[in-house]
Amino acid sequence: MIRVPLRPLARILPARAAGQSPEEIERENRAARHEEMRDMARQRAEGRLLVLGVFFFCAFMVVGVRMGMLATSDPVEPRASAQGSAISAARADIVDRKGRLLATNFETHSLYAQPPQMVDPVGAARGLAGIFPELEEKKLIEDFTGKRKFLWIKKTISPEQMQAVHEIGDPGLLFGPREMRLYPNGSLAAHVMGGASFGKEGVHAAEVIGVAGVEKYFDDYLRDPANGQRPLELSLDLTVQAAAERVLFGGMKIMNAKGATSVLMDVHTGEIISVVSLPDFDPNNRPRPATKGDQSDSPLFNRSVQGVYELGSTFKIFTAAQAVDLGLVTASTVIDTQGPMRVGGFPIGEFRNKNYGKLTVSDIIVKSSNRGTGRLALQIGVQRQQDFLKSLGFFEATPFEIIEAANGKPLLPKRWTELSAVTVSYGHGLSTSPMHLAAGYAAIANGGYAVAPTIIKQNGPRHGVRVMGADSAHAARGMLRAVVTKGTASMGEVPGYAVGGKTGTADKPKSNGGYYDDKVIATFATIFPAHDPQYVLIVTLDEPIETSGDEPRRTAGWTAVPVAAEMIGRIAPLLGLRPTVEPASLADITLTNSN
Amino acid sequence: MRSILYVLTTLAVIGLAFWAYRENYATQESLSKTDQLHRDIRAAHSRLSVLKAEWAYLNRPDRLRDLADINFDRLGLLPFRSTQFGRVDEVGYPKPPLLDITNSVEVSGTLSAEEAEEYP
Repeated sequence: MIRVPLRPLARILPARAAGQSPEEIERENRAARHEEMRDMARQRAEGRLLVLGVFFFCAFMVVGVRMGMLATSDPVEPRASAQGSAISAARADIVDRKGRLLATNFETHSLYAQPPQMVDPVGAARGLAGIFPELEEKKLIEDFTGKRKFLWIKKTISPEQMQAVHEIGDPGLLFGPREMRLYPNGSLAAHVMGGASFGKEGVHAAEVIGVAGVEKYFDDYLRDPANGQRPLELSLDLTVQAAAERVLFGGMKIMNAKGATSVLMDVHTGEIISVVSLPDFDPNNRPRPATKGDQSDSPLFNRSVQGVYELGSTFKIFTAAQAVDLGLVTASTVIDTQGPMRVGGFPIGEFRNKNYGKLTVSDIIVKSSNRGTGRLALQIGVQRQQDFLKSLGFFEATPFEIIEAANGKPLLPKRWTELSAVTVSYGHGLSTSPMHLAAGYAAIANGGYAVAPTIIKQNGPRHGVRVMGADSAHAARGMLRAVVTKGTASMGEVPGYAVGGKTGTADKPKSNGGYYDDKVIATFATIFPAHDPQYVLIVTLDEPIETSGDEPRRTAGWTAVPVAAEMIGRIAPLLGLRPTVEPASLADITLTNSN
Repeated sequence: MRSILYVLTTLAVIGLAFWAYRENYATQESLSKTDQLHRDIRAAHSRLSVLKAEWAYLNRPDRLRDLADINFDRLGLLPFRSTQFGRVDEVGYPKPPLLDITNSVEVSGTLSAEEAEEYP
């Protein structure tokens, strides 16, 4: 660039000669130069702005075009990135404690129709009605020839049915892949499994959602694709469960019971090894819930957690254990059970108006004396009794991990008076589920620690807070053993397994108040082996009648006890329990004279 | 000098373009191979899950119990009871194997007439 000098001589000299000021020429030139510089700066700035503008335009275009592409294209899985493990995002399996399959997925197909594409709607409808007997030909023809553009025909079909539909050969009949939940063991552990059904449905896939049991409780875990290869491990044992169901079903039939339930629990870990509720159902084909009548008659009703009943004399051991724990009595303290006894103006009687006279605490349990436990409860007092039962978990629904367990809330007396304390001490006025009872007996069996029932496999003991001393638990176990060796549960003896337990027979409440005379709930709560308990087994029969004698017998000793004994004889070997010789109690030799 | 540079640059561009072209095709091929493998794995997975389900179905306790009942006269299977437990010391040790006697040497014999004279 050629700069114009500010004071060019060619102009200055003539100006001086003319007497003009050269300063003006300089100013003029300076102004011209400034203008030129300004123009240049402006041009440069505009250029830069243009470049920047183009850059931003391109950047936004790229973003916009990419967004448009993403919005309009079909989603595809990334192909190049290294993945691998999460290839199948199916619902996780459910297995038992030894890894045997309880629930898995099965690939089937769904059948749907697009009537506009059909060649021969009437023929297709006739063919379908021939393959699926439950479909009505008339209804199908109506659907296929009407205005509908799309309809589901069957949610899942078998490969044979699919082939048959293929052979109809109508282009308007189409198949979509479906993952179906399959329970290969049929009705085994049906109430724990619950069942599954389809949630949102599309042509290419449908979500499988749990509707009950563990399937619903652990729905989030099972659906999480990250857990696709990690099955849910339950504490159930398939073999034990099958044996328990078999024995209980037989027992229920022999005892003419309407329903039955059993709970087998590990006393240290709280694992439920087997839980049966009869009648049951097939979770592959879950029945609809009963809309009328008594819910407890439906096979869906889970008696083990939802069957909240007064469980009768099985509660007496808690009163005795607490009385021993508080130091009020020992197992050999003599209590007068002589009648009449009135609490709050209400007479307390014995079974069949018997009168046992003076009994030791142990014999109160053995003979199942209402007045005896009532006297113990009065010594314990209302508040301490409440606290103790609360610590054993009798005040809330069990934390058992199936969705129905939350419905099994115990029914407590509205006002816990002295009379309530006495009736609760022998198991009346407080309604709980067999699962609650199992947890309570487990605390006695494991040496005095509260333990919560769980359906998930555990790695080791899960002792909770201590609820009674080890000595009191030991004394209570001795009483339970005595019930079997010389008390009401004499049929419960199983050679080699030293069963200890307590029977309970409670009248069934009528729905409109009062009790039935001839309907009972018979319960046998056992621990075995009594000298080193490993398991708690609760067997409850609903409305049993034993008819082998002259008159029908309904007490637990005649109904629930033989069933429980047979069950222990069957499942204890399966649990790996070796028959043992019970350690003999040493003769009481007391040093009376030191001379 | 400058023309050599131009020629070399052009050649380099052609070479790189060729390399990129080949890489593109190689990538496409390995992607389709990966897809095929994924499909195979998925098919194998679903086959495996079907086999597992069938295995569980065939081994369901109801069926095994019925089979044990049907074949009772051949197998004689009964439910496991406490009387069937044994102890290790009830199991006899296997008998020690007999020594293998080969190349035995006769240690008795009869004397000949001359030997009998030597040892009266």
